[in-house]
Amino acid sequence: MAMVINEEQQMLKESAQGFLAEFAPIGEVRKQRDAGSETGYADNLWPQMADMGWAAILVPEAYGGLEFGHVGMGQIVEQTGRTLTASPLFSSAILGVTAINHCASEAQKTELLGAIAGGEITTALAVDEKIHHAPTQIRTTATASGQCYLLNGSKRYVADGSTADKLIVAARTGGDAGDSQGISLFVVDPTAAGVDIQRTEMVDCRNYANINFNNVEVPKSALLGEEGSGFQALSATLDVGNAFLAAELLGIAQQTFDVTLQYLKERKQFGVLIGSFQALQHRAAHWWSEIELCKSVVLKALQALDAGDTKSPLLVSIAKAKLCEVSELATNEAIQMHGGIGMTDEYDIGFYIKRARPAAMLFGDYSYHGDRFALLSGY
Amino acid sequence: MADLQTFRQETRDWLEQNCPPSMRFPVTHSDDACWGGRNWTFKSEEQKQWMERMAARGWTAPDWPAEYGGGGLNKVETKILKEEMARINARSPLDSFGIWMIGPALLKFGSEELKQQHLPPIIRGEIRWCQGYSEPGAGSDLAGLQAKGEDKGDHFIANGQKVWTSYADKCDWMFCLLRTDFEAKKQMGISLVLFDMTTPGVTPKPIKLISGSSPFCETFLDDVRVEKDQVVGEINQGWTIAKYLLTHEREMIGGFGLTDAGSETLGQIAAKSLGVENGRISNQLLRADILKWEIDGAAFAMTAERVTDEVKSGHGVGATSAMLKYAGTELNKRRFELMMKVDGSDAMIWDGANSNGGWTPRTWLRTKGNSIEGGTSEVQLNIIAKNILGLG
Repeated sequence: MAMVINEEQQMLKESAQGFLAEFAPIGEVRKQRDAGSETGYADNLWPQMADMGWAAILVPEAYGGLEFGHVGMGQIVEQTGRTLTASPLFSSAILGVTAINHCASEAQKTELLGAIAGGEITTALAVDEKIHHAPTQIRTTATASGQCYLLNGSKRYVADGSTADKLIVAARTGGDAGDSQGISLFVVDPTAAGVDIQRTEMVDCRNYANINFNNVEVPKSALLGEEGSGFQALSATLDVGNAFLAAELLGIAQQTFDVTLQYLKERKQFGVLIGSFQALQHRAAHWWSEIELCKSVVLKALQALDAGDTKSPLLVSIAKAKLCEVSELATNEAIQMHGGIGMTDEYDIGFYIKRARPAAMLFGDYSYHGDRFALLSGY
Repeated sequence: MADLQTFRQETRDWLEQNCPPSMRFPVTHSDDACWGGRNWTFKSEEQKQWMERMAARGWTAPDWPAEYGGGGLNKVETKILKEEMARINARSPLDSFGIWMIGPALLKFGSEELKQQHLPPIIRGEIRWCQGYSEPGAGSDLAGLQAKGEDKGDHFIANGQKVWTSYADKCDWMFCLLRTDFEAKKQMGISLVLFDMTTPGVTPKPIKLISGSSPFCETFLDDVRVEKDQVVGEINQGWTIAKYLLTHEREMIGGFGLTDAGSETLGQIAAKSLGVENGRISNQLLRADILKWEIDGAAFAMTAERVTDEVKSGHGVGATSAMLKYAGTELNKRRFELMMKVDGSDAMIWDGANSNGGWTPRTWLRTKGNSIEGGTSEVQLNIIAKNILGLG
């Protein structure tokens, strides 16, 4: 497949740029933070995005979706990285749709996918239980009991966990922590008895929650797919999630670069523009070169997902790892090259570093994906 | 599409019949490459067969026009040929600065007479070319070159010294930059000329490198006669062509960052050499450096692919050759630093059969030149900063 985006994908990218510039520019992040927003985004944002069709992009046509593919969705997500726009796009339209589409029954798909595609319900994916991503280290248990499962355990840093209408929870119906076998996925009502949700305040001002499950009764009809074999769907969902986190980080790396390059052409010291100093020129040129590499790894991963390529896990780990590295470089260089003003809250550039780190940490940082890449490569 | 499938099948069949068995292994030693030229001694009968068979089809220069003996293939067909060659690990039949550098410049800027004179022998591997660009006083500042050509009516008399002329002692012709207008601004008075290395007054002297090999020479020009019909393009307008050629050279050298398809990856080599426990190379710190290199290597290969696709589909300009040169050569240096660590003390063996003639340390030392030749990494960063980012 040629490594270029087609005309329709280009149009989607431009329409995302236009929409975000109008309804969710970077100033919105500050506004939501200063207002102490629970969600991190304006109340009317998600309905508007759903009207644009964004919630339906990954949903198959058979369930009322647009089936527009990962490369298409990637164009939008990259732009949300440039504007740091929080929304249920990631948790619902990407993670929720992918998990359900991978393993749910026809009845579940019909019920849930259409509702997500229409923006009527949102979801959150509850996987990790510790401070580092470890999808096989699941200790939360789901024990069969009559017509129900009883859920016990706790999940940490669930993105959008305190606002979602449905939780998709990975729990153990068999095996031990560390096994990929024995993991099952459940759709859990966050208002059910025994679900305790604590919103945490994080550096990016987005919504994350620690969630405890204490003898929560989950009907058997809420199990997604076969009992005990949920890891495959979970793993595929995490791959998709990581590819889009990489796309978002690409947007962050590019936006911080563009803003900083502009600053180098405006700021004067010693009577000259600081962009005339070779010490800064070389660092900017290196940074630009790294972004070129990033564009390639992200597009490759998204194309692989669209093609159902068996190398997708490897290509996703390359993309996420590389973007963890370069988004760190980008946000650090952005502050350093801005100098003192880059340290001030008044200036927007600081918001980027505060989103880049949690996005990199979520579902595995460089050390996780580098290790996974090497294991998949046989060493 | 059906035509392309037919082309692929025919190509596959032809390669199957015509690529000799010993030419189906990756090049592991610089002596394995075939450079052609008047003074060339083929390393084997099969090496000769392979070059001649490919040359007869024009496939040593597959995308050059058939009227000069080239393959006449379009971009897609050229890609298919490359893929089919890679499929059977077929070696390059002919490595040539004629094909990589002066040929494309002649196709773009040369007169019809020059094309007819020089392109066919390049394609057939009969004439080997070297590049006379750098001088002792003109390295990164190439346009400051001082070797001069004095106008004598129908010819120039050239005097001066060139340096870093690749394989000048083994080559048949040189493409060379001379200052032909001594009054003009430095970029404006330069001409690109061609001459036979057997012309009286041309004296190449090999330079021994830290790797022990001598791929480069200094070349002295003492009253060398250069015919005016051997000027490429206009007299005094050679800098434009020189820059075009430098772009080609950057792409070529940047390509060193790509590992050969089919050959073992650094990770695989390391796994064999260092051992694997529970799926992981046991030396954890070295493993981390290796996987980081492999990720960057993969990102670079994807970028080379993306840039090619963007150019093909007319999408923007893509990343420039300066970026690929910078990233590719820095990667290649990192790769060989890691190879040295993976091979441990064995990597320090300078000579002898067990070490393949000291291949690892010699190649490692040679890579240090990658980020110097064809414009240093710092020059590439200058080009990116000024031409792409608009930082003055």
